Amino acid sequence: MHIPDGFIDLPTSAIFAAASAGAITYSLVGARKQLDEKSAPLAGLTAVFIFAVQMLNFPVAAGTSGHLLGGALAAVLVGPYAATLALTVVLVMQGFLFADGGLSAIGLNVFNMAVLGVWGGYAVFLLVRKILPKNKSSISIAAATAGLISVPIAAVGFVFQYSLGATATFSVSAVLGAMVGTHILIGIGEAIITALTVSAVMASRSDLVFGWKNKTSTLEIRS
Amino acid sequence: MMSNRKFILTGLLISALLAGGASFYANSNPDGLEKVAQDIGFIESAKDNANADTALADYGVKGVENERLSVGVAGLIGVVATGAISGGLFLLLRRKNPKN
Repeated sequence: MHIPDGFIDLPTSAIFAAASAGAITYSLVGARKQLDEKSAPLAGLTAVFIFAVQMLNFPVAAGTSGHLLGGALAAVLVGPYAATLALTVVLVMQGFLFADGGLSAIGLNVFNMAVLGVWGGYAVFLLVRKILPKNKSSISIAAATAGLISVPIAAVGFVFQYSLGATATFSVSAVLGAMVGTHILIGIGEAIITALTVSAVMASRSDLVFGWKNKTSTLEIRS
Repeated sequence: MMSNRKFILTGLLISALLAGGASFYANSNPDGLEKVAQDIGFIESAKDNANADTALADYGVKGVENERLSVGVAGLIGVVATGAISGGLFLLLRRKNPKN
């Protein structure tokens, strides 16, 4: 999912770099209000864990692999503001240290994975959490669903960028069909890893999970 | 309940094992975007990352022949680098005296 240099022209890349910079600024402000002594270390750990798991490509279909994006996972664990920042750190580091993802494409990649993946995933999480019973296993199910859908959401982000500024001339609808089809499959892997991770953290320190404590504190205020 | 320190250290250890050990077993097929780009044809428009020849490019340590060691050390360096940057960022951002 890391876009290399060259796929998307520079003007389009610049527009998405600006949009990503706006989202990062917004997230810095939000994270500053939200992070405290307890949640800040978990946000740092989330970035490290996502970096590590992104190295673990799993097979999806004939000759294709995928890896965790981690946007939905991070949003559930530490909230969408800190999640956008955590994913951005991972992507910038991958681009500069490991030459993974183009340097001119960092804005495009941050937009797809750290903005669309995180906030799209978080929206799905909130929606699913709302319709499920208010218990701990619902958090894992909602997180898995968010993971599943966040991957094709990020893939559609790429197709949007391709439609605006592709350097190649292949049809947008062909790219859309192939990207969404492949990334629904990768989304299944994303859902499994997200569910396992959220369940493990819920079992050991549910008080740290943003998507769980955030709801219980709302309930406490209401009662 | 697991203490904060133990929880974070456990998480870092798991991350180090995954990036430093399990990464060797990662599937090396092209990822979703790369495969779509190959199948449709726009893979030709990709250009090398400006850092493509640097010491850790493509998750390997340049000059280390042993594949397991090369990807493992690169992964561990990534864990430390990500931890340093994100740890520093989030510690700077946190509220030291929660008002509520």
